[in-house]
Amino acid sequence: MARVFIIGAGATRIGEHWDKSLRELATEALLAAVRDAGVDKRDLEAVYVGNMSSGALQGQEHLGSLIATWAGLAGVAAFKVEAACASGGAALHQAFLAVASGCYDCVAVVGVEKMTDALPHDVTASLVTAEDQEYVAFTGATFVGLNALVYRAYMAKYGVEQERVAEFAVHCHRMAVANPYAQFRREVSIEEVMSSPLIADPIRLLECAPVGDGAAALVLCSEDYLRRNPRDELVEIVGSAAATDVFSVHERRDMTTLAASRRAAEAALRQARVEPRDVDVLEVHDAFTILGVITLEDLGYAGRGEGWRLVCEGELEPGGRIPTNTMGGLKARGHPVGATGVYQAFDVVRQLRGEAGANQVEGAEVGVAQNLGGVAGTAVVHVFRRVR
Amino acid sequence: MKFAASVGIAGYDGYVPIYRIKCSEIARVWGSQRAPIEEKSVPGLDEDSLTMAYEAARGALEMAGVNPREVGAVLVGSESPPYAVKPSATVIAEALGITPEVVAIDMEFACRAGTTAMILAAGLVASGAVKYGLAVGTDDAQARPGDELEYTAGAGAAAFLLSGRPDECVALIEHAYSYVTDTPDFWRRDGQRFPRHTFRFTGAPAYFRHVIGAARGLMEEAGLKPGDFDYVVFHQPNVKFPLRAARMLGFREEQVRPGLLSGQIGNTYAAASLLGLVRVLDVAKPGQRVLVVSFGSGAGSDAISLVTTDRVGERRSSLERLLSRRVYIDYARYVRLKKLIEVG
Repeated sequence: MARVFIIGAGATRIGEHWDKSLRELATEALLAAVRDAGVDKRDLEAVYVGNMSSGALQGQEHLGSLIATWAGLAGVAAFKVEAACASGGAALHQAFLAVASGCYDCVAVVGVEKMTDALPHDVTASLVTAEDQEYVAFTGATFVGLNALVYRAYMAKYGVEQERVAEFAVHCHRMAVANPYAQFRREVSIEEVMSSPLIADPIRLLECAPVGDGAAALVLCSEDYLRRNPRDELVEIVGSAAATDVFSVHERRDMTTLAASRRAAEAALRQARVEPRDVDVLEVHDAFTILGVITLEDLGYAGRGEGWRLVCEGELEPGGRIPTNTMGGLKARGHPVGATGVYQAFDVVRQLRGEAGANQVEGAEVGVAQNLGGVAGTAVVHVFRRVR
Repeated sequence: MKFAASVGIAGYDGYVPIYRIKCSEIARVWGSQRAPIEEKSVPGLDEDSLTMAYEAARGALEMAGVNPREVGAVLVGSESPPYAVKPSATVIAEALGITPEVVAIDMEFACRAGTTAMILAAGLVASGAVKYGLAVGTDDAQARPGDELEYTAGAGAAAFLLSGRPDECVALIEHAYSYVTDTPDFWRRDGQRFPRHTFRFTGAPAYFRHVIGAARGLMEEAGLKPGDFDYVVFHQPNVKFPLRAARMLGFREEQVRPGLLSGQIGNTYAAASLLGLVRVLDVAKPGQRVLVVSFGSGAGSDAISLVTTDRVGERRSSLERLLSRRVYIDYARYVRLKKLIEVG
């Protein structure tokens, strides 16, 4: 397999972009990544678009050709990649495979989602299309509801109080303050989280990743391309793996661990020849606080039922044992669903390039991003390493 | 814009129905924790936007003490007329003895039509085309049961008699400014019973953009700044929005509070900012400056600046009495009064 490098990264701020359409957001991020890479955009041979809901919310599919055209790239190979909330990570995985296979030398991946101008019940309905329509969604279950089941099972099994798990949201908000791309750049207290409206018992509003609009993009290239366009500092994708689990949570043996996430992480770390303890920055898919805590356990950073300790003891902060979601995570940076996996990579790249500002993890060499689709029916994990 | 000749308010009044429902009662029924206001007004079975407009208009005429025959224009702004086709303005003009020699017309622009009626009536008076003009904002706001709007959709009316003789006026209009765009934040199509809205889109791109745009536009054109005003009244769909708009523009909360009624009566739509003005005129002293900024979805805002004369305070409106006259109802009676159940 050929080596794959990230030479450009760009994104829009996440938020309510009332004045920008889906295609404008994607184009803005894509061109920002190309500018950042300092390459001629005509060098791009393929564009992979990560997106979940354009069909349901904009009535627009066929995003590959659409975004390529709007970015002035008509002619390249271009596709939309969909894997629910893991669409962004899945698009990055496809882009990685394309370069690693030797087929392409220079490709772009762009994750985009536009949610805030749709009506709330339409957003909820579009998100639950990631669940089994014949056996689960028809009961009226929503995604928050399904995660609430996981949350309840976890608290019952390990006797953990909700306040401990909910600290994950407090951490993410604290991290997002210094991130200019974040949707919510303000701190929240655990009291505010615990007294925010109940969405699906026990999940509180401030434990949920918000609805937002945004796009993030990366330019990937091969070693050959790099020889022709040399540069001093860059980031290499040293591991890229995807895995699935039994589709619906109720059919799994244990709801309090995410098998797809474990499988993808093991495969990506093995490919990267990296141990969990070597990781300097970690991005986890905290669509709800409980998913963040379980992931810390699944990735081996804490024992079962102990993930909350890392949060409460400050070990997720820059300078802590495993700096996690240092730019705000899904909770506070934002979660424009199909763009999230690319935003996670964007945030890790900024850390590895030393561009993370107040939240910089000093000397960060290795970063990991874990992106989940559905209630982890899909997981995509990437390992990145700084190269000089 | 500036009027070619002096024009001001010779009489004014407000009307708010007797019934109130607590926000907490609506929240109890729908199992929510919403509390955008404390309570809102509800019309009685025999009340609608037309009867409320009549009550306010009669009070305004009485305060001004003018002969109804001398009123040359009746402009009624509302989005909830009892008839889809058949004007309210004619009924009000007839009931007040103003017909038949009168420009009478209904106007619709969501919550904004009342202030626009005032600007147009002032224009007719200032031009000399009519001696007196009557401008009314009135609404019995409708909301789909359980919708966010149901917590605030209130009922009320405010009327102003405009005169070109400064010695008759309690306040003179200095400047007016309109700010309008095509912004689809809230609408009701023909044949639909309840309006639809776009949730958070009704905030920054709709309410705030237009309210701020109109207020800044007026102050720039008139060479005024927030500190030059004693009172400011904003359209009040809830309590939070007008307070935030005031902060964004640099007004102090003391300038807003006297004209902020939404916490007690809800969002009275076309009457909302005008009822705030009625309250301010009731408490203002001579020589004070007032800024009124409306907002109507669709969307647009009018800003009007006024200065009170020595006559302000000579007579007061009915508003204080109507605000303290309250009968609380539960959701079941609310459903009946709002005619939300069909009884055949």
